[in-house]
Amino acid sequence: MLLALLSLVLLPFLRHARNRLLSGQPIDTLAALGQAGSIWTACLGVGLLLVVWPLVRPTRLACWAGLLGAGLAIAAAAGAGAGAADHLAAGAASSSRTSLGAGTWLFGAVLLLIASDAARRLRYGLAGILPVFGPLAILLALGTLAPLSLLREYAAQHDAFRAALVQHILLVLGALGPALLIGVPLGIAAQRRAALRRVAFPALNLIQTIPSIALFSLLIGPLSWLGKIVPGVSGIGTIPALIALVLYSLLPIVWNTVEGLDGVPRDVRIAARGMGLSPAQCFLQVDTPLAMPVLLSGLRITAVQAVGLAAVSALIGAGGLGAIIFQGLFANALDLVILGALPVIALAVATDLLFRLLTTFSRAALGGAAR
Amino acid sequence: MIAFDRVTRRYGDFTAVDDVSLTIESGEILVLIGASGSGKSTLLQLINRLQDPTEGTVQVDDEDVAGIAPEQLRRRMGYVIQGGGLFPHWTVARNIGTVPRLLGWDRARIAARVLELLDLLRLDAGRLHDAYPHMLSGGQQQRVGVARALAANPSILLMDEPFGALDPVTRAELQGEIRRIHAETGCTVVFVTHDMDEALSLATRVAVIDRGRVIQLGTPLDLLTRPASDQVARFVGTADRGLKLLGFQRVADRLRPSDRPDDTARHDPISQDLPLSAALSAMVMRGCDRLEVIDAQGTPIGTIHLADLVRLA
Repeated sequence: MLLALLSLVLLPFLRHARNRLLSGQPIDTLAALGQAGSIWTACLGVGLLLVVWPLVRPTRLACWAGLLGAGLAIAAAAGAGAGAADHLAAGAASSSRTSLGAGTWLFGAVLLLIASDAARRLRYGLAGILPVFGPLAILLALGTLAPLSLLREYAAQHDAFRAALVQHILLVLGALGPALLIGVPLGIAAQRRAALRRVAFPALNLIQTIPSIALFSLLIGPLSWLGKIVPGVSGIGTIPALIALVLYSLLPIVWNTVEGLDGVPRDVRIAARGMGLSPAQCFLQVDTPLAMPVLLSGLRITAVQAVGLAAVSALIGAGGLGAIIFQGLFANALDLVILGALPVIALAVATDLLFRLLTTFSRAALGGAAR
Repeated sequence: MIAFDRVTRRYGDFTAVDDVSLTIESGEILVLIGASGSGKSTLLQLINRLQDPTEGTVQVDDEDVAGIAPEQLRRRMGYVIQGGGLFPHWTVARNIGTVPRLLGWDRARIAARVLELLDLLRLDAGRLHDAYPHMLSGGQQQRVGVARALAANPSILLMDEPFGALDPVTRAELQGEIRRIHAETGCTVVFVTHDMDEALSLATRVAVIDRGRVIQLGTPLDLLTRPASDQVARFVGTADRGLKLLGFQRVADRLRPSDRPDDTARHDPISQDLPLSAALSAMVMRGCDRLEVIDAQGTPIGTIHLADLVRLA
């Protein structure tokens, strides 16, 4: 809590620059709040008071209030920034940009940490998100935050952003599909044959240790050679990115398939065969449902990893949100980097949640059998 | 009837079952007993083709099992293993209905049969019908395992150390259930155990297995009174063999007509259906050498004397 306040006092609240390439002049918190108006200041104050509540006395009500307080404070900080930005823009050229300063980001991060602690006490993983991000989402929807440079970047890149987001998701799905089609059968085979296991795991482990950028560039050579023979294939672009993503996804999928099947108790298998289930019935009715939670947790790791790696694959021209990040990096436009990075983080978190839910459901389908 | 004819089963250099010929009569409880690794479980699994013989043939009702598809053969037999081997992701009802479902019975018939079996195994249908195996005690799980094996009215029940993981009290209860169910259904039971007391209390005949061979085949009484070798004698137990023997006959077997009713009247009478070991125990506890015996209705029918207990039958 002290850290949150310190970050507001000691670090710049906003940065204002004449255009997006220059690094801006720092503006401290009191000045910014003065320019933004008293409503935001009041919201910030109320939010912070609510945040303190669960720290003093962690009852359920206090935890909910703390979550809402964190949400309010974050939204108020962003709103105040936008208000001040609006004020600053009035007397400057249209190319001028006002971005949130390090103080605001750190402030938000610390509040999120406090909020996640409160959410953990409540044991409502998903519902806890609403009060925290709700106020911010409302401000975004109302357009209140539009004067901030991040959103001005978004407005300028609207179509490109949407295309990049879709491309990113397609890359991830396009990698997971083939990885499942190859990885699951490979895992089943490896579980049954120790010899295959001894070969497959070192090989897949080796792939996993190659840094992603190195793997992308390693694929350029052979694929551009292949491109001379097969039309449509080239060393850069979507195809090599997909190949690399599939290769990375194989290890966790194969590993968890094997782990899942290994986890099926031996006596249950013997009983199934002894009852007269055919090998196919045994696999579909006994092995598959019992291995599913472990397989899904492997898929969760794979999918989250693929979301991150797909960003790097922009380096070889595969597009996606990574393209926006690198564009920003090369143009020294920090807001563009953030515009690309934030949705990658959001996608990863959403993917993680989705698979956690699926895992929970598949466990529930096992009747809560302790595994 | 199950007939092993010169059956050998090898795994590489290791011979698990070595030239065994053995006939199991319809309706008997044959117990295969031996130390771990003696080949008794392999012998059992040769019957439902979880193993196939390297040499020799196994016949069930005069039909070579090698000529029957394994799944078809197994659906005709009940199979119970240690711990039950229940499917953890299925309810009790679904577990019990496994084989009928495989045989394509219609839903109503399966549902009715499941209730019948819950009742037969004294499982509370109201509480356990839709429970999952992990919610059950070890004894209940094993009861469900037995119910599942009996679901399709098999004429043969194969049991592989089914009660090995249970506490002595639960185990004795389930042994009682097996005796009762066997009496009600008349099915052939092949029962693997390493516990001699269990073997003696359940079996109509016992086959003692050592290193893949049958070293003695006989009734429990045969084993106790005429062990074929020192090895069998050790297995049966040297120090307490006499006490085990007493567990084998009932008070009714050594009854004398009442001689001096006034003398025995001081003590509580004993039921004629109890084993002789219970009579001995009662005499030791009460410090007397004779007990009055009553029948199931409580009518005095005679006396049992300490001297009669120590006389070998």
